[in-house]
Amino acid sequence: MTKDNMIQVQNLTKMFGDFTAVNNISFEVGKGEVFGFLGANGAGKTTAMKMLIGISKPTHGAATVAGYNVLTEAEQVKRNIGYMSQRFSLYNDLTIKENIVFFGGIYGLSSADIKEKSQAMINELGLHDMADSLVGSLPLGWKQKVAFSVALLHNPKIVFLDEPTGGVDPITRRQFWEMIYMEANRGVTIFVTTHYMDEAEYCDRVSIMVAGKIEALDTPKNLKGQFQVDSMNQVFLKLARNIE
Amino acid sequence: MSIILNNISKSYNKVKALDDISFEVKPGELFGLIGPDGAGKTTLFRILTTLLIQDGGKASVAGYDVQKQYKDIRNHVGYMPGRFSLYQDLTVEENLNFFATIFGTTIEENYDLIKDIYIQIEPFKARRAGKLSGGMKQKLALCCALIHKPKVLFLDEPTTGVDPVSRKEFWEMLKRLQQKDITILVSTPYMDEAELCDRIALITNGKILQINTPEAIIASFPKKIYKVRSSNTYQLIEDLRIYPDTHSAYPFGEYLHFTPKSEVFRSMDLTKYLEERHHKEIEVKETVATIEDTFMDLSKAHE
Repeated sequence: MTKDNMIQVQNLTKMFGDFTAVNNISFEVGKGEVFGFLGANGAGKTTAMKMLIGISKPTHGAATVAGYNVLTEAEQVKRNIGYMSQRFSLYNDLTIKENIVFFGGIYGLSSADIKEKSQAMINELGLHDMADSLVGSLPLGWKQKVAFSVALLHNPKIVFLDEPTGGVDPITRRQFWEMIYMEANRGVTIFVTTHYMDEAEYCDRVSIMVAGKIEALDTPKNLKGQFQVDSMNQVFLKLARNIE
Repeated sequence: MSIILNNISKSYNKVKALDDISFEVKPGELFGLIGPDGAGKTTLFRILTTLLIQDGGKASVAGYDVQKQYKDIRNHVGYMPGRFSLYQDLTVEENLNFFATIFGTTIEENYDLIKDIYIQIEPFKARRAGKLSGGMKQKLALCCALIHKPKVLFLDEPTTGVDPVSRKEFWEMLKRLQQKDITILVSTPYMDEAELCDRIALITNGKILQINTPEAIIASFPKKIYKVRSSNTYQLIEDLRIYPDTHSAYPFGEYLHFTPKSEVFRSMDLTKYLEERHHKEIEVKETVATIEDTFMDLSKAHE
């Protein structure tokens, strides 16, 4: 593995019985890169992501994340990554502050550290009035912005974002992407899935999974050139339709 | 009119989920309710399908009042809620049979209506609904909502979390259903789907921002709009934020959409500004607004 690769995946495969959910995929993601991991529902994205975050064991192949082997060093992987998804991010019946303390504790931060970080985060997001409100009472967009910051509490080298912006209003969705850019600029590697094809255009590179395989992987610009279309949406439609 | 809403309001404790909503949907129309999570879309659906009573205002569906004639409404509408609504441990065929029986009909009687959709899941008719893929569940739920040949079909975020290919297929199915004289009220958080509707209502925080055809809503965008890009998108956002003539600057795919404050804006001035800030491969071009631009502009004005 070269020094700058934060994710290195080689011939990664996952089988459930005789069904191959992830079929021999290989790719690398560099430090500070925004990597879009796209694919149709059921193409194998979630299964692949579960292997990368150390909660599902590959059937064949190997992957290292932040320098740790996902099979033999899964606990190290978990300590060095951040993760948030649309379905689960924060506890709705805890306040914003309580969530920060809880997740800070889980990641083994000292209480002085947690105090300092939660103050910084509340300042950065402008949440002074809401810090003691229950997370469940926040609009979804705000919740997702807080969740993203919480996923970064322990300074992970990589953050995995599983459909972070689904259903979020268009303005907040863009603010969310500005947060992503800012972190990537600071050197954090971003691994993100989305069904919004305009968001695919914001990524440095994009891979598209079809039926368990990575069928395309390049910059949005090169992919559009390769398929001779104007948008990532058309790339996606062309790829997924052709193979079916 | 197939659906009429007059001054409908609904609050949960102190939160106004719907604030004085009025609009009408014509027979055979494909009407879109476009807005983000928390806008009030589901509350509206639940009132129209008689599962929730409004605090104020009046509404009717297929000519029946939602409060006084709720039983009639239930016989004449199909409702596909946002969350999966089927019985997970019944098979595909059993689910469909169940819904047909409840409405006093049979699969055979209205097979014509669901045929296009059902043949796609028929190979799996012996499979339990819980074991279907997301796309197939959605098709089955649509068949179940249609099996009693409703006059009005309510679809609450049928495409949320669904990939672009399946979304496109779903909208093609809706267009075909419309040909069969079914009025459709559909909600979505995907602004690009708005253009597939006959008319749309843009909704946020329980209020309607605008109602019209997608074309008219786009045409009503009050400002000139430009697409801008350079080799460093992050830096471009930062620099546009502090550019004195910026009204708004939002990422839009590979470009940023930029609207100027002044009437006298010239794209060459912006190009020069960006050159001074060491941007490369600069492009500034006038473009046309999308539904999403309009939505953001209106919701910003409403804040």
